[in-house]
Amino acid sequence: MRPGTEGAHDRTPTTESLFTARSAGGRRERFVSALLAASAAATVLVTVGLVLTLIFEAGHFLVEVGLLSFLLDSEWTPGFRPARYGILPLLVGTLKVAAIASVVALPIGLLTAIYLSEYADRRARALLKPLLETLAGIPTVVYGYFALIVVTPALRSVLPGIEVFNALSAGIVVGIMIIPMVSSLSEDAFRAVPRSLRDGAFALGATRFEVAWRIVLPAAASGVVAAFILALSRAIGETMIVAIAAGDLAGLSLDPRIATQTMTAYIVQMSLGDTPRGTIEYQSLFAVCMTLFLLTLALNATSQRIVRRFRTVYR
Amino acid sequence: MMGARAARRIRKRRRSGLAFGAVAGIATAFGLLTLALLIGAVVIEGAAAFDLQFLRSFTSRFPERAGVRAGLAGTIWVSAITAASAFPVGVAAAIWLEEYAPDTWWSRLVQTNIQNLAGVPSIVYGVLGLALFVRAMGAGRSVLAGGLTLGLLVLPIIVISSREALRAVPDSLREAAYALGATHGQVVFRQVVPAAFPGILTGTILALARAAGEAAPLILVGAVGFIAFTPTGLGDPFTVLPLQIFDWVRNPQPEYRQLAAAASLVLLIVLFVLNATAILLRNRWELRR
Repeated sequence: MRPGTEGAHDRTPTTESLFTARSAGGRRERFVSALLAASAAATVLVTVGLVLTLIFEAGHFLVEVGLLSFLLDSEWTPGFRPARYGILPLLVGTLKVAAIASVVALPIGLLTAIYLSEYADRRARALLKPLLETLAGIPTVVYGYFALIVVTPALRSVLPGIEVFNALSAGIVVGIMIIPMVSSLSEDAFRAVPRSLRDGAFALGATRFEVAWRIVLPAAASGVVAAFILALSRAIGETMIVAIAAGDLAGLSLDPRIATQTMTAYIVQMSLGDTPRGTIEYQSLFAVCMTLFLLTLALNATSQRIVRRFRTVYR
Repeated sequence: MMGARAARRIRKRRRSGLAFGAVAGIATAFGLLTLALLIGAVVIEGAAAFDLQFLRSFTSRFPERAGVRAGLAGTIWVSAITAASAFPVGVAAAIWLEEYAPDTWWSRLVQTNIQNLAGVPSIVYGVLGLALFVRAMGAGRSVLAGGLTLGLLVLPIIVISSREALRAVPDSLREAAYALGATHGQVVFRQVVPAAFPGILTGTILALARAAGEAAPLILVGAVGFIAFTPTGLGDPFTVLPLQIFDWVRNPQPEYRQLAAAASLVLLIVLFVLNATAILLRNRWELRR
């Protein structure tokens, strides 16, 4: 949690006691505060609804297919008879795309953050940061278009044997999409490192590079790792780019040149198709969705834990 | 005096420092160049199909007659419903967390939960929308179901940005109001919320811009790209710009890809206007303080 999120609790005690004394009166005030509390509770209900929906819908599917074969079967062939529903091929496809995205986004995002926080002067930063944030605001369908129309043809002209729909192009573009996330979260971590640490290193004769690489980066390591994990989670949940550019072949191959179906792309394919509701084929959508939910939740929680546990507090 | 070895060493360190700075600069440039390439590709490819006719026509089997009228209207409808549903709840939750909540396990749970919700992939919200609005509420594949689904999606974003805006209001303002005998409710609603309002609005507009670019959750709710009318009521089927783009980009005919680029251009312009509004609001607000 970031400093300051404690909100109302860090007010001075005098203010605190004042407002409890005052708000004890007034029925209207109590009504308003109940309304506000109810709104806050509603945000928790969203999660409860989400979890119940996923459990209920995916439950049917898992009872029918069996948890073990869902987790361990190496084939995902909902269209075949007999259909097989092993999540592994979709998971491999998802991780393949996310890995390619990480290879693009982690180094570039990290270097961008170092540049912005340690090299760029105030004016350059004021110009560059909003431009980079624009990259995060581009809708993912537009990225999908970019992947299919610009990146894929470019890759095909360089690497022969690459398919029209492939994991590489989608992965690269997902990576581009998450660069601003890596860079801005890492930069926040760098800027939390106190000036005195840098000044001390400079005074000992360190170069700018040595200060950035040996002083600032290790001091901000937990924040950077947390940023990486969050970005990975974002890459795993990304939908439209892979639905447009990665294709729909669910397989265990790690080849980045071939068509690859991710979990999200499967959910889109299933929702667009005319599979009747209530069939096991249709319900597989929810089981995939639940897997996606649990995976991203675990990553996000890990990221938050890292920030909380390993944050170096400077005074 | 410095020995020759030490001098060499220093030169080497300087050189590697410069080289690293160059690499970091190139990495930063990479992101910006990609942005330029992306916008350039959309503009160059899309400009040919982009005209008034394109904005006024519905989609069509004949690419030269197709347009984004249904998508543009749908995006406006959906955004309005999203704002109307998520704004009051999100801002109220933020006010509660910042100004009312005692430090209990429950308020901490609410906070953690909002952080987690902000990290849930957008497509998962589609599943909730499908179960909650399309089926349980019986809204069907309507613009209402779509707007409410995106409302759930932006709710955590609105809460987080509104909390930041409320937190930026200095405590001295609250204390001055208490000193003049204001009740807690008066302090919050006559001083703190008005002071934070431009910030809250900015955050909400940015959240709406995010919603306007979303396609994945709406696909789950049952919206499709090929719709040749605009909604006239909450119960009507709809499409939005991102779904029209998705529909066209999947069509292998080159004419449709051009339409996808032109529709992307329209969407980028819509988002640009939203973002510019938000930035303008923020700047005016900062000037006043």
